[in-house]
Amino acid sequence: MRLRRSRLYVPGNNPKMIPPAGLYGADVISLDLEDSVSPEYKLDARMLVSEALKVVDFGPNVEVTVRINPLSTPFGRWDIRQIVCSKLDGIYIPKVETCEDVLRVDDLLTEMEEKKGLEIGRIKLFATFETAKGILNAKEVAGCCGRLEGITIGAEDLTADLGGERSSDGIAIHTSRQLVVLAAKAAGIQAIDTVYSDFNDMDGLRRETETIKKMGYDGKACIHPSQIEVIHEVFNPTQEEIEYSVRVKHAIDEAKEHGSGVIALGKKMIDRPIAIRAEKVLARASAADIPIPTWESIKEKMEKSEGGI
Amino acid sequence: MNELEWVVNGIGRKVPKSIDGKELIPYSGPFSHSPVKDHKYGPILGYVADQKSEIVSTLFEAIQKVGLKDGMTISFHHHFRNGDMVMNMVIDELEKEGFKDLTLAPSSTFPCQEETIIRAIKGGVIRKVEGGSARGEFGRLVSSGKYLDSPMVIRSHGGRVRAIEAGDIHIDVAFIGAPCADELGNLNALNGPSACGTINFSYADARFADHVIAITDNLVEYPAFPMSISQELVDYVVVVDKIGDPNKIASGELRITKSPTRLKIAKDAVRIADLLGYVKEGMNFQAGAGGISLAFTEFLHQLMKEKGITAHWAQGGTTRFLVDMLEDGTVKKLITGQAFDVAAIESMKENPKNHVDLPIGAYANIHGKGCTVNKLDIVVLGASEVDLGYNVNTATLSNGIIAEPVGGHSDTAAGAALTIITVPLFRGRYPVVVENCTTVVTPGETVDVVVTERGIAVNPRREDLLERLEEVRVPRDLRICTLEELQRMAYDITGTKVEPNWGDDIVALIEYRDGTIIDVVRSVLPRYYDDAVFVDDRNLFDIERREN
Repeated sequence: MRLRRSRLYVPGNNPKMIPPAGLYGADVISLDLEDSVSPEYKLDARMLVSEALKVVDFGPNVEVTVRINPLSTPFGRWDIRQIVCSKLDGIYIPKVETCEDVLRVDDLLTEMEEKKGLEIGRIKLFATFETAKGILNAKEVAGCCGRLEGITIGAEDLTADLGGERSSDGIAIHTSRQLVVLAAKAAGIQAIDTVYSDFNDMDGLRRETETIKKMGYDGKACIHPSQIEVIHEVFNPTQEEIEYSVRVKHAIDEAKEHGSGVIALGKKMIDRPIAIRAEKVLARASAADIPIPTWESIKEKMEKSEGGI
Repeated sequence: MNELEWVVNGIGRKVPKSIDGKELIPYSGPFSHSPVKDHKYGPILGYVADQKSEIVSTLFEAIQKVGLKDGMTISFHHHFRNGDMVMNMVIDELEKEGFKDLTLAPSSTFPCQEETIIRAIKGGVIRKVEGGSARGEFGRLVSSGKYLDSPMVIRSHGGRVRAIEAGDIHIDVAFIGAPCADELGNLNALNGPSACGTINFSYADARFADHVIAITDNLVEYPAFPMSISQELVDYVVVVDKIGDPNKIASGELRITKSPTRLKIAKDAVRIADLLGYVKEGMNFQAGAGGISLAFTEFLHQLMKEKGITAHWAQGGTTRFLVDMLEDGTVKKLITGQAFDVAAIESMKENPKNHVDLPIGAYANIHGKGCTVNKLDIVVLGASEVDLGYNVNTATLSNGIIAEPVGGHSDTAAGAALTIITVPLFRGRYPVVVENCTTVVTPGETVDVVVTERGIAVNPRREDLLERLEEVRVPRDLRICTLEELQRMAYDITGTKVEPNWGDDIVALIEYRDGTIIDVVRSVLPRYYDDAVFVDDRNLFDIERREN
């Protein structure tokens, strides 16, 4: 599945911020038609975003998505009609509570793809849960639609719906975060976390990102380009992880070559979870354009250091 | 003007063979022109035998005593930046006393002086401007071509010192604002209410002017230490209430740009310098005080700490960001040309062992016997335009109006081993990477890398750098492309660059650091379309309208 460490929100009604959105290295950009656009500018934003999708080159490595308005508002349907084009990679659906909320978008999307002669199903969907009801339905929603590649959480609205308080430890939405990641992984899709709103507090952002990464999340939304680098640093495998994975892979290859059933690295047995993890680390590293050292160079390095292999 | 004879110079620009009877030498290459004269210019032998004090009671008395006359040349330094009160004070006095036809030869000018300079030019007090730079309303006035007798000569910092030493600029009276002075005229800039760190832009003026008048608001007991400018060069000392506004002399706290685009440019500049092998133990560098340059310094600082390497020295335009590097040992020594903020001034005072100032001639004079810019590994510079020949404009805007200071741009570009130009691809509706610069200040032969938010171009003249990029692993998000590609991207967004509506008059000569002419600036006219008037610059039109 695609690397989605960072997802940058770009206000859909700001012509100055849209063209450079792809320059800052975010894996995903979300041109926003929903919360960052007030009702009187919905039409402007929709026109601007649909035009930008056609003419702006956001770069080769970025997934271009739009956060539409919910279909329950007068705007959602028109958003989909106008933005569907060959350059659109995905749609974020806000305030999802039921499978129906996703499937209606799916139907409309298919209709528009047929109408515009586009490949059916190429545009992916992402559902955002922002209510208690939505969170509790996450399990069903996560597996309801083939286009759905990720689910995410909207902290502000959710906290308000719960009657809780936003705090740096995120206690109000802690269980919701866990339910969402469980639902995502059970359905084999990605879990993407909400934004960290104080974009001057890089330490706080780093702590929160570390926490959600440990929970199993695949990425995090951001509201300012300066947050991207911190998020990537947290999600990228470390040099030690990469080197260890290369050694694991080498041990497996070697065992295969010798037809040996038991695979060992040093004094440690390599079982299936370790092998899978190593593979994932290497896949992530190469997707994130992090150089992967060769086995020979690692061996040489270890021989030089005191410990040896 | 039509009778001028023209010649095409070394970068393909048409420049006149002579102007006002003075022969001009066309630019032929960054290091190809040797000094014309055998000896340095010599000022008059002035002396004051048996004098116990050089203090005179009023500015006018000092002016009278040195014998300033109509038509002479006066000079100033710009260390007080936008808090300067000296130039205004002197010009006001000269205006009051009815002086005419003077030549103004400052090292640079600032907005706080604009009103006075414009009034003096319009009133005939000043007829000619040599050196420095013009911006804002003053730049527009020069660009209108209506008020000065002969073209303004725009020189780099090093070029100005060269011109003074060669006698191309003959300074009759240098007025030196001194934050600290004693009664015989030993001057420094470290102490006093108007402390600005250094007054080294005045070193050449003090040595080569026929007369020197020091103006201070801080007279101290003899002897004033350090003796940055020595008593033997100073004719008179005038004590006044105030020579500068401390709040405007130094910025309290310079801030790094918040623009994500500019931050990306700065970071990518550091990354490309590193990829090209220039971020290494024992390196040195110069980066200025612009938003991108400050961010460059900060990101370089981070990278050096990560890599565990130190720089032997750095040169500024010194700011808190360089001082931080000195203090945590990332940089061993700082050389300051100008101090831009309070931290820089404090550091010069507190850490004189490792933080020194340097005469501008020693910094950048190509015809001196040694200049620091030649030792630079990396310099990071801005620009108002870069063209496909890697030529850089820092004097005019794309609309042709003189607006930007050229500073040490062409000096450092020529000297440094790696010259990086950091620019956004476009500003407002103007493309920055263009086919042809409106005006050329720094020749493309001296520029190595152009970093924009959408890609990085390496000068094809630097085959070694291109080979290096073939050898190293370039990260995916660092887009290496040609300047042609960048220019097309820029034009795709802004449309094709529109040439200014040039008039016939030459309003400024861009003198390269070696004294040759690299380009000229012509007057700019408003544009008329049938009934409608389109002007690139509203205020320029206002000047026209006020006159008609």
